Formats: sequence, structure tokens, C-alpha cells
Amino acid sequence: MKSKVQKPKNGRRKFLKGVAGVSAFAAGSQIIGAPMVWANKLKDIKLSHVGGAYSAMKPIAEQASKDLGFTIEMQNLGFEALTARVATQPKTIDIADLSFVSMPAVTPRGVMQGIDISRIKNWDKITPIFTQGKNQDGSTASTQGNAPYEMMYLEKMDSKAWHEGPTEHASLIPTIYNADTLGIRPDIIARPIENWSELFNPEFKGKAGIVDTPAVGIMDAAMALESRGDLIYGDKGNMTIEEIDKTMDVLIDLKKQGHFRSLWNTFDASVNLMVAGEVVIQSMWSPAVTAVRSRGVDCTFVALKEGYRGWGNGIGMMAHLDGLQRDAAYEYINWYLDGWQGAFIARQGYYSAVPETTKAALSQEEWDYWYEGKKATVDIKGPNGNLQEKAGHVRDGGSYWDRMGKVACWNAIHDENRHLTKRWNEFIAA
Amino acid sequence: MQKITTKENGVSWIQVTPLAIILLGFLIAPLLVILTVSFWEYDIGGMYPAFSHVNYTEILTSHTTINLYLRTFKFTFFVWLITLSIGFSVSYFLSFCVASTTWRIALFLLCTIPFWTSNVIRMIAWIPFLGRNGAINQGLASMGLIDQPLEFLLFSEFAVILTYVHLYTLFMIVPIFNAMSKIDPDVIEAARDAGANGWQIVRHIIVPLTLNGVALGSIFIITLVMGDFFIVRVMSGGLSGSVASAMYNEITGLQYPAAAANAVLLVITVVLLVSVILRFVDVRKVLTE
Repeated sequence: MKSKVQKPKNGRRKFLKGVAGVSAFAAGSQIIGAPMVWANKLKDIKLSHVGGAYSAMKPIAEQASKDLGFTIEMQNLGFEALTARVATQPKTIDIADLSFVSMPAVTPRGVMQGIDISRIKNWDKITPIFTQGKNQDGSTASTQGNAPYEMMYLEKMDSKAWHEGPTEHASLIPTIYNADTLGIRPDIIARPIENWSELFNPEFKGKAGIVDTPAVGIMDAAMALESRGDLIYGDKGNMTIEEIDKTMDVLIDLKKQGHFRSLWNTFDASVNLMVAGEVVIQSMWSPAVTAVRSRGVDCTFVALKEGYRGWGNGIGMMAHLDGLQRDAAYEYINWYLDGWQGAFIARQGYYSAVPETTKAALSQEEWDYWYEGKKATVDIKGPNGNLQEKAGHVRDGGSYWDRMGKVACWNAIHDENRHLTKRWNEFIAA
Repeated sequence: MQKITTKENGVSWIQVTPLAIILLGFLIAPLLVILTVSFWEYDIGGMYPAFSHVNYTEILTSHTTINLYLRTFKFTFFVWLITLSIGFSVSYFLSFCVASTTWRIALFLLCTIPFWTSNVIRMIAWIPFLGRNGAINQGLASMGLIDQPLEFLLFSEFAVILTYVHLYTLFMIVPIFNAMSKIDPDVIEAARDAGANGWQIVRHIIVPLTLNGVALGSIFIITLVMGDFFIVRVMSGGLSGSVASAMYNEITGLQYPAAAANAVLLVITVVLLVSVILRFVDVRKVLTE
């Protein structure tokens, strides 16, 4: 089945080359044209940016439109709908804001174009996790799952597969990412939680939850099972059929015992489950934990010995962009890495691809709290000026590198996705 | 039966055209696409035209399919039974116990008030009621009736069925009420004069004469419940599923051909169920009466 990805589709490939040729000509002619004309024409440009609600946020589009002088239109879709839209209706989007997890479904279809790295001003300042697959101390970042680094580079503009190691073309420009772990209610669980195995601890029977997405949910389970010593996975983000079966058997068994109170599949569902006390331990997103706390309910995003489940998003250009529109897209991407967006998402607990420009856009106190893991010396405000954390609070998990440096595996689509979906449906039906 | 006159052939063709176009374009054509795709092959990178029975073999040989269908049938059966009882009682009350027509209409409209807000809101509103620390558990605890919260209330099959009943009962009330209101009061009067008691009137007059309405309502309920994936997912906390939720998971993984095969199977099942109902009841008669 897998060889099908490489199956030549002559018609479309020829067409794409044609488009690339024409646009190269168009780009060339602009260099000759006067900059004044260029600036005038640019204001009529509209770019449609489609992404998840956690990433493609309206205030970002408004600020970008203001700063750049052309219009960014943003639209939100859920993960599945977004991947499907990019894969099957590519021309309805200009800028795709994708999780790296979507890339195995997107890159082989040739619906996006590579990004010329030399045109990205802050490329060298992007965190080495993405550009080199390395942590700050030079150690190799986790390669389990769909590690962003492995899908970062394309050999050519229109490549339909990734290139191992750096090239001149990027598939996506990284934007927003984080390290996920378990959220707990410390007021109810009055003892330290230090391992993923606690997720399956019978003590929390009827009070535990996981994500209701096959590919990610099984990874939560894998983290817990590996921690419990049940089995060691070759790659938790790309399991063999045998590993999937063993993991799903445990999940089905736990479900039958009534271990899970509820699964969650939206941000607010995870928040509500925690606030209402339906669930006291579950995998969560960092801003969801903050949201629970802002409702006056204590919630901790626990740093666990086995590390985090990481995820990353990036923005990329659809294949049909050329000429002036492509120039505008480059301007937009450069704006994205310039600090404003980084500071905006930092205040929600997400990390920016370019910490350096984000630092400049944040106040020193904010930087120390969000990135350095230091105790807040002032009240920490959210992106809308709302109170996020009171002075004195310390970010769970510590500094940027304490958290991102301990990613044990990345969110992923497994090669055996077909088998996984089947078993997950069995889990639901059990 | 009167023979339908076809003299004005041209005119009737024109009259039929708009609906025919809509049905062809928005029902038949998509169904054909789904049918075609259900035989295709796929992987994460795309779908490939083929004529493969793999998708069907996988579905038909998996015990998950049987489990999901059994569960979906179970939901459908209970929801049907409960909405039928409520629908019949409410309609009976409206038609035979409320004397004034004005009041009858007013009370009937009252039944529709919950439908003025969205389904989603009416569904979500149950969650704070049924939760571990929700209104019902707190109420029961403060009355001293329970000392442990009742966990089965939320994220359970109970919650799913409760929500279905709440959301869909009106679809049963309307056709039954419609059928009952057509019953000539003189017929009941005559039966009473002939010495029939209340139960006999219900059994031998009202039930047979409302059967068509029951059939229509049942078709609504069956198609609504069997096609749902959202309510079952939210109200069971993702821990229970229907046939459609399996399809949803497949679509999530961009496994369209598998989802299409599942969809074809579901369409066949629902069509079979509905045609069984139609064998017993002449719905056309209801609509032309």
C-alpha cells in the first residue's frame, strides 16, 4: 500500500511544473518592476489563512493586516476538517496553518509548495528543535512520532517527500508548539504525581480521561504503559501492529473496568471535565490547565519523569500561490516570526518558533515567567489583558528547555493508522 | 383506485422537474459517489480508484461492526419505545382530553418551545444537571436519598438515551397528533354507545387509526438515531459509539473509502428497516387523506 505514495501522477506533476515555471517568470519580472507599483498593488492582496482555533487567531490576523498593509483573512477548522480541506480542496486556501501531524497526508499530494529559506529573515533564529532536530545542549531531540524536524525540509520546491537533513526549502515554517502532559486536580489528589503510569492507577478508577483521537489517545496510553513497565515501544508515534494491539487490549480492558470517566476531544470539554470534578487526571493542553485555574479550580500541569508529548504547528504556502500573492505570503511569514505573534501566543502558554524575537516583544517579567520558568514577580496577564496567574506562581514544568528538551515523543499519524482506527472503534464499541 | 389522468403530460413533467433535479443532484449523485468510493483503495497519501472489496470484507468480518450495530439498534429500540409512549400519551391527551380547539393548539405549540433553541444547546444543558457534582446528584444528596453520587447519570448509555428522547420526542408527537386529530369524534361516540369501554376504544379504534402516524414518527426516530454520531459521543464521554461514530473516526484518519463502505452499509440497513415499516403501513395514504 505504501508504495502508492510514490505512484507517479503524470498529469498533475506536469501541471505543477508548469505553474512553477510561470510563477518563476512572474517573480523575475517583479524584481525589474518599480517598488512603488509593487507597494500599491500589494494593498489589494488578500491571503486566506486557515488553521486550528488555537493557532489561527483573529487578533493575529488583524494585527498582521494592520502592519503589512494587505488583508489576512482567517478561518478556523478542526484538525480533521483542516487536513482534509488542505489535501482535497487546496485552491480554497492560501496559507495553511497545519500541525506537522497533518503533513504525511499533505506532502505526498503535492498541494503545497516549498518555502525558499533564503527569503525567511529569522530562519537562523528558529529553535534548533525544528531546524536541526537538536536541543539547546546539542542532544538529539526525540525522533519518536512525527518529529517536526524529519518533515521540515524538501529537496525541491515541488517535492512530494521530505528530505533528510537541511536543504534550501522548508515544507512549513514552524510557528506554535508545546509540550503536553497530564493535568491533575491537586486538591483532590493530595500527593505528588510523577509518572505517566498514574493515568492508569486503579486509585483513579472512574476519574481518568484521555484524548478521544485515535492517534494521540493511543500515545497517552503508550506513555502510561511504558512507564508502568508493560512494554517498551520502538516508536510510540509509529507503532507496529503488535504494539497497537497490546496497547488497545489494555485500553479496552480499562474501559470495561470503568476506569475512564470520559474521553475529551475539544479544548473546552477538557476544561469542563476538570472544573466539574468529573475527571481528576487526564492528558491536557497547557492553556486548558490555565483555563481551569482561571475558574478558581486548582489544576497542575505535572512534569513527569518520562517526559512530554510534544506537538508543533507551522504555516505553509499552497501550491497555487505565485507572483505578487506569493511575495505577500513571504512578507506575512516573516511578520509571523517577528515577535508580535510570538508574544501573543506566549501569554497563553504556547511557545514561539523564534524565542529571540518573542523575548523582545514580551516584558522582562513575562519572559521570565513563561520562558525562564521563574516565579512571577508581577501578575501575569493573558493576551486580552485578563489575569492569567497571580504574582508568585511558577510555571509548571519549569523553563522552556526543561519542558521542550524533555519531549519523549511527538504527536503523529501512525503508518498502521488503518489498523489503529479499527482497534479504536473496537475500544469505543466495547 | 382512480387512474391518474396524463392528458396534461407536458405540464406534469414541468411540475416534477424541480424535485427531480434536486433529488438527482443532491441525493442520487452523492450516493453514487459514495458507492463508487467505497470500492476504492487508500492510504494516508490519498485514494486510488480501484474495484476492491477489501473495505467491505473488513467491515463485514469484524466483530466491532456487529457490536456497533447491536448498540445502535439498542439505542434506536429504547428511544423508539420511549418516544412512542410519550408521543402517544401526549397526543391522546391533546386530542381527546382537551375539549377546546384553541387550548389544544396552544398546548401543542407549547411542545415545540424547546425546539426554538439549537439541538446542541439542549444537549449540552444536560451535562451540568447529570454530572457527578451536578444538580440532580446534589439535590438527591441534600435530601439524604444518596450518600454517593450516582455516576451512571452522565457519560453513560442512560445519558445518551435520555438526550435522544429529549431531542426527538416531538418527531413522534407531531405525526401521531396529526393522525389522532383526524379521528371523527362521532366514531368514538358510537363505540361508547355500543358499550365499548375506554380501553376497547383505544385498542380497536384509536390505535388502528393512528398507526400511520406512528409509522411516520418511527421512520423519523429510526433515521435520526441511526445516523447520529455527535450526541452519542458527547453524552457518553466518547465511551460509547454508534455506526456513524465509527465512520467519523475513519474520516478523521482520512480513510474515506472505509467510511464510504460503512455509509453504504448503513444506508442499506436503514432502507431495509424503513421498508419493513412501509410494508405494514401505507404512508402515502396518510399524506393524501
